[in-house]
Amino acid sequence: MWKFIHQLASPPHFYRIAQILIPWLAVPGLLLIGYGTYAGLFLAPMDYQQGDAFRIIYVHVPSAYLSMLAYMTMAVSAGIGLIWRIKLSHAVAAAAAPLGAWFTFLALATGSIWGKPMWGTWWEWGDPRLTSELIMLFLYFGYMALRGAIDDTSKADRASAVLALVGAVNVPIIHFSVEWWSSLHQGPTLIKEGGPAMDPGMLYPLLAMILGFTLVFGALLLRRVRAEVLFRERRTRWVKDLVLSGGN
Amino acid sequence: MNTEDESISMFSGIAGIARRDLLLAWKRPGDVLNPLFFFAMVAALFPLAVGPSPEQLKLSGPAVLWVAALLSMLLSLNSLFLSDYEDGSLDQMLVSPIPLSALALGKTLAHWLTSGLPLVVVSPVVAITFQMPFSVTGYLMLTLLLGTISLSLLGSVGAALTVGLHRGTALLSLLILPLAMPILIFGARTVSLVASGDGVAGGLYFLAAYAVLTLSFAPFATAAALRISNE
Repeated sequence: MWKFIHQLASPPHFYRIAQILIPWLAVPGLLLIGYGTYAGLFLAPMDYQQGDAFRIIYVHVPSAYLSMLAYMTMAVSAGIGLIWRIKLSHAVAAAAAPLGAWFTFLALATGSIWGKPMWGTWWEWGDPRLTSELIMLFLYFGYMALRGAIDDTSKADRASAVLALVGAVNVPIIHFSVEWWSSLHQGPTLIKEGGPAMDPGMLYPLLAMILGFTLVFGALLLRRVRAEVLFRERRTRWVKDLVLSGGN
Repeated sequence: MNTEDESISMFSGIAGIARRDLLLAWKRPGDVLNPLFFFAMVAALFPLAVGPSPEQLKLSGPAVLWVAALLSMLLSLNSLFLSDYEDGSLDQMLVSPIPLSALALGKTLAHWLTSGLPLVVVSPVVAITFQMPFSVTGYLMLTLLLGTISLSLLGSVGAALTVGLHRGTALLSLLILPLAMPILIFGARTVSLVASGDGVAGGLYFLAAYAVLTLSFAPFATAAALRISNE
């Protein structure tokens, strides 16, 4: 087990293993998203209050969840990279940031589109979760800007890792402080005591979408890390061999 | 060296570097005064933009003063490690036997004494122009007192990360502003709540707790960041 993990941390091994893993994540992920999209749009019953407008949750909820998961992935791998000096995990953090920012943007955009028919406004500052997603987006921007501002890769890795960790400590505090405002957002329906308060016909497509989004995120992340590893190791022997042999 | 000596050298390190920075600030009063003028000017922009209606100013006063204070703190944070980086003092701090986190804490202490504390002292004067009653002004000063401590500490991490980078100023704002939002929310909202006659203990407790949290973690993060950006 430990031997496997150690091997995984070496770039050439990771590069090979990631290629094998990607289709195993991407294909089930895309199938689940396909099912979730169809079932969410056509099979799920209409909401008795929100009508058809509720169907945007099938994109909104997975995106919002992934914006958090991507930040966690980024902060944890940045921490591992900083403490145990594993170069690969810095590459993972670098690759996770733009994906996380994109999912955060998607969550904001769908939330705003949902808000127009429901609240009568595109943007509602009184809603804590929308506001903390916006701050999350700014945190991603700050992280990527710091990375972009430092030319030396190893220095950029460690400086941005410190920032990611400081940010990770702050994310729950930001969430709580924004929550302190009065809330317009509907309360949690998925995770609460006594099971989700949702019709199974609505719930299963949502769970399929969440799982599907997560798997596709995993596949995209591995793809980006592969590219990142290739770029970082561009002066090494194994990359040269790889290019000369014409393989991928 | 036994532990007693170590703790003595740590505290003398904190005090020594704070004294040195205060002396430097005393020799160049512009560095302390400019952020204060900036604070007053940003606060003056709002009545000019919003209009002179006293009711409206009374409502927006706490928010405007807090935003102006936040921006003014950012302005002074930019130069926290800059001169030390340029003249090589930072290298001396890195090789000093005194823990770098203690030295960072000393520098942050001096920064707060020359930027946060003056803001607290000046804020009542600006608050008068926003029709703020004296009973509320006391709470404004209290929230600023607690909030600027956290801002100095949090900002020192950002300043350490961006020291020596081109275009560091804009980057520093981008890094620190999202992290500073809880301080802004609780600071400004607490003052607004006082003005409308509500309870304030929760907001003050939060600001105090956040100050303790940043005090416990920020010096170590700053030290780590200084080591990274100065190699």
